[in-house]
Amino acid sequence: MGVQTWTFIIVGITFALYIAIAIWSRAGSTKEFYVAGGGVNPIINGMATAADWMSAASFISMAGIISFMGYDGAVYLMGWTGGYVLLALLLAPYLRKFGKFTVPDFIGDRYYSDTARTVAVICALMVSFTYVAGQMRGVGVVFSRFLEVPINQGVLIGMAIVFFYAVLGGMKGITYTQVAQYCVLIFAFMVPAIFISIQMVNNPIPQLGFGSSGEDGVYLLEKLNHLHVELGFNEYTNGNKSMIDIIAITAALMCGTAGLPHVIVRFFTVPKVRDARKSAGYALLFIAILYTTAPAIAVFARTNLITTVSEKPYAELPEWFSNWEKTGLLQYNDKNGDGLIQYYNDTNPAYATTAQSKGWNGNELVIDRDIMVLANPEIAQLPNWVIALVAAGGLAAALSTAAGLLLVISTSISHDLLKKQLMPDMTDKQELFWARIAAAVGVGIAGYFGINPPGFVAAVVALAFGLAASSFFPAIILGIFDKKMNMRGAISGMVVGILLMTFYMIKFKFGLFDGGKSAVAGLQDQWWLGISPEGFGTVAMMVNFIISMIVSRFTQDPPDEIQELVEDIRIPRGSGGAVAH
Amino acid sequence: MIPKHKAYWNKNLQYLAILLSVWFFVSFVLGILLAAPLNTIKIGGFPLGFWFAHQGSIYVFVILIFIYMRWMNRLDEEYEVDEK
Repeated sequence: MGVQTWTFIIVGITFALYIAIAIWSRAGSTKEFYVAGGGVNPIINGMATAADWMSAASFISMAGIISFMGYDGAVYLMGWTGGYVLLALLLAPYLRKFGKFTVPDFIGDRYYSDTARTVAVICALMVSFTYVAGQMRGVGVVFSRFLEVPINQGVLIGMAIVFFYAVLGGMKGITYTQVAQYCVLIFAFMVPAIFISIQMVNNPIPQLGFGSSGEDGVYLLEKLNHLHVELGFNEYTNGNKSMIDIIAITAALMCGTAGLPHVIVRFFTVPKVRDARKSAGYALLFIAILYTTAPAIAVFARTNLITTVSEKPYAELPEWFSNWEKTGLLQYNDKNGDGLIQYYNDTNPAYATTAQSKGWNGNELVIDRDIMVLANPEIAQLPNWVIALVAAGGLAAALSTAAGLLLVISTSISHDLLKKQLMPDMTDKQELFWARIAAAVGVGIAGYFGINPPGFVAAVVALAFGLAASSFFPAIILGIFDKKMNMRGAISGMVVGILLMTFYMIKFKFGLFDGGKSAVAGLQDQWWLGISPEGFGTVAMMVNFIISMIVSRFTQDPPDEIQELVEDIRIPRGSGGAVAH
Repeated sequence: MIPKHKAYWNKNLQYLAILLSVWFFVSFVLGILLAAPLNTIKIGGFPLGFWFAHQGSIYVFVILIFIYMRWMNRLDEEYEVDEK
């Protein structure tokens, strides 16, 4: 059977499964809709959290990005997993004890202020919409390549599926579909990795495999370093970025992760504080399976790619090459007209003379890093069903995250905005109705951005992490660990943090003050402390912390009942289910 | 805050300090600051600094959360603040 038939079968089966689960677990009350009734088993919740967190970016893009960045890819690996440690130790148990539905709930109550609540709602909506648009795009890419429907139709099909189970089932439906999606995506990620690991180094465990040697007895990493140097790149295991930038980006991603509303909200769904701790542990364990495999895939794919294409005649390349050329994600331009593919680093001045002496006229191959995971099984010539499985896995990753984000969007609107501020007299049933409406509208908007992606999606995703780190993270941490932190301190910290971050992004990412996008590259040596916009969230976050502390010490202490509330969330005893009021 | 709860909270902060020091050490110190010198040491085919950045820190992170879980559950019982 061909790849396409296999893809239809496997994707069809998984979609049928998700829909069946959604029908079985639809929500009847707001509590079920927002937090799945608050009675989810912690291991199950850990699995759902893992699927929630691992998006199309983790599944489709990350290994590809790492394979192009080498050592520098560590910022994503350590940043996105290290953030979980912060989440588990500093946030999850206390927010669970606090026992409300949403992050703006916490900010609003802890800082006894609707202004703070509104600021938090706006941040939550910005972060979530940015993310969800990216997920829909991922769905579109998978559909267009493997089922050969246009990207737009792919997005519409994805929207319909998410609409069905997010709007119908709320958190309850999402939780159980996410469990199924975790199983699909991790299986789909591991099978090709194991196959390729056996193929290349004869070791079934990819995590060990990429540190082993192949038949020629040379360690794979050594071989790859060698290939890199030969083509004018830096050694794979050393990387290019400055140390301070690596530190800043890693820290920004860590704190941004811990501040992401759709991940935090998952810890409201377990029955007890001790379950929240356990659940966070299992979530990271399930995530780590993929995150430790990704760098192995990166090395396998990079080595395979270079040895398959470098200095090979274009006419004799395998079929996958032309398949991906059709999507435009792979481009070959025979600059020196010799019919061979020269793939090398033509931006390295030290290598220019070597290239010239070989008669090379510039790099001839442009590879979109997003295709590495999807093309990997084809490059390694794995059976068709494995390729189809990867397509289903990519869809599972994108859909599960999209659903989690849509839930944050709908609760932010129905609960934090309507119920808490505009229409406090709503009944539970009305609130549920509005939550569903908000989810439906959210799906529509997300789909629109999926079909018409703004050119700055990637830039805004980085902005979202910086925003979460520079706004939510200090406000929540101080809210738990500093009893004297008050409304004025928190609000001024959040506002200054966000503004500073936004300013830096506008200046150095969009180049608006210096003549637009084209000027951005030239501004690199003006970066403050040599820190890139991606890493600047760390600086903005520290500024937030400092301002919050200073302002709070010079203004009125929070009221007694708030200080009691803080003491109460530090003690696990007495946590009930998540409650509305 | 009654004294027992205060003692519980201080103990909690102490645990956090220990665990977060390890967290910082494996990722920022071994994986980034000392990565270059550690790369001269090879474990199998892995340069050690590279291994910590791409693999080792993640394993340690998982272990840290489970240690935290055990410590805290025991502490809850010891100070009788566990959930019934």
